[in-house]
Order: sequence, then C-alpha cells, then structure tokens
Amino acid sequence: MTMRTPLSRVKGLGSAKKGTEHFWLQRVTAIANIPLTFFLVIAIVTHLNADYATMRAFLAQPVVSIVMLLLIGSTVWHMRLGMQVVIEDYVHGEVRKLLSIMLNNFVALIIGVSCVFAVIKIALT
Amino acid sequence: MAPQSNTARPLSPHIQIYRWTLTMILSILHRATGVALYAGSALLALWLLTIATGPEAYEAVRGFASHWLGRLVLFGYSWALFHHMCGGLRHFVWDTGRGFDLKVVEVMARLSAVVPLILTLAAWVAAYHYLGVL
Repeated sequence: MTMRTPLSRVKGLGSAKKGTEHFWLQRVTAIANIPLTFFLVIAIVTHLNADYATMRAFLAQPVVSIVMLLLIGSTVWHMRLGMQVVIEDYVHGEVRKLLSIMLNNFVALIIGVSCVFAVIKIALT
Repeated sequence: MAPQSNTARPLSPHIQIYRWTLTMILSILHRATGVALYAGSALLALWLLTIATGPEAYEAVRGFASHWLGRLVLFGYSWALFHHMCGGLRHFVWDTGRGFDLKVVEVMARLSAVVPLILTLAAWVAAYHYLGVL
C-alpha cells in the first residue's frame, strides 16, 4: 500500500530510488581512497623540489600511472557524491538545486577527464 | 516556494547558542575538508596538466610550490586528506551500528583530531629529512 497521494505520483516527485546506490558508492570509493591517500601524500612530499625530468619519469612508471588513474577515478567519484550531498543540504529551490547538481557533475567530469588525459599523455609520450 | 525565513516567529537555537563540543567541530571540519579537497582535486588536475604540457608550465607551478605560501597550501592539502580520511574511518565504525556510546564517541573524536596531525607532521618531517633540510 502506498501512502502517497495521486497528485504526487502524477508529478513524478519523490524518491528516485538512487539513495542506496549513492550511500554505497560513497563508502566503496571511501575505502579505495584510504590506500590511495597515503600514496598521494607520499608522492607529493617526496617530490617537493623535483625538477621536470624527475617528476615526469616518476609519473611515467606504469605502476605509478595506473595508481594515479585509480586515484583519479575513485576520488572524483567520491567528491562528486559528497558535493551533491552538500548541495542538497544547503541549496533550496528546485531550479537552483538542479543547476547546482548539474554544475557539480560537469566540474567533476572536467577535473576527472583532465587528470586522466594528463596522466595518459605523460605515460605514453 | 515562499521564502522560509520569517524572522517574526521564534527560531530554534542554532550553533551560536550551544557550547562548542569537539564532535561538533569535527562534524563541520569533515564537511569543510571535503569541500576543500574538491578544490584540491582541481589543483591536482592543474599540476598534472602542467607536467603533461612541458617544462615551462611545470616550472611555474614548481615556483609557486616552493614559495612558503605554496608549501602551506600543500601542507593544508595533505592535512585535509588525512583529516577527511580519519573522519571517514569514524563514520565506518558508526555505519556498522557501533561506537554510539558517548565515551566511545569522545575517544574516537579525540583520535580523529590528533591522528591526522601526527600523520601530516610525520609525512612532512620525513619529506624534509629526505630533502636534506631537516
């Protein structure tokens, strides 16, 4: 039995049944981010004064390139989900909320594609 | 939808009324570091793109990263990563339905405030030692 009114059903409002998926992927990417975070911090602090050739040679190693790609994928996904929750909490009004979430998706995708492109270019050229 | 804030009616007390607790601060910091790390990812993309572009672009970024302000950004970035990670680990405990006892909450709060600082300092002391500065 449904407690929803016929009007709300006609308007198509209510749960999109994506809540569990959002919650779960937030956790899955969070777990993946634990080792990746240690990798990123170590990679950064051990290359503080690195010159161009050193930096490039480091990133071009297959293992490093692959871990960087995994890091980008997991991180961008995680931050996209997290920012969406922040938007849903603070941005009210259907239009503004929808546009903010859309912008969040675009920005996350731009950051992700930029990183992936850079890492692949460094690795293959 | 009509504006929701009607100042004529009484409002429930908000954060400026309550005595600040560590758990409140950490809750806000978890979200704040999350948002800051979003910007950090944009910087990561910029950094990778300059390396992919060429030596001149990379040297510009390296110049800023060598400046004390750039170092402070990197230090803050690494701290935010560790802090958000430890906050997330605390949430994992809660996800399992455990750790809601007030004593446990307080212990976990203190740990997730201190451990990220230790991890960050350890990483930077080790790095400066590795670079021969310390």
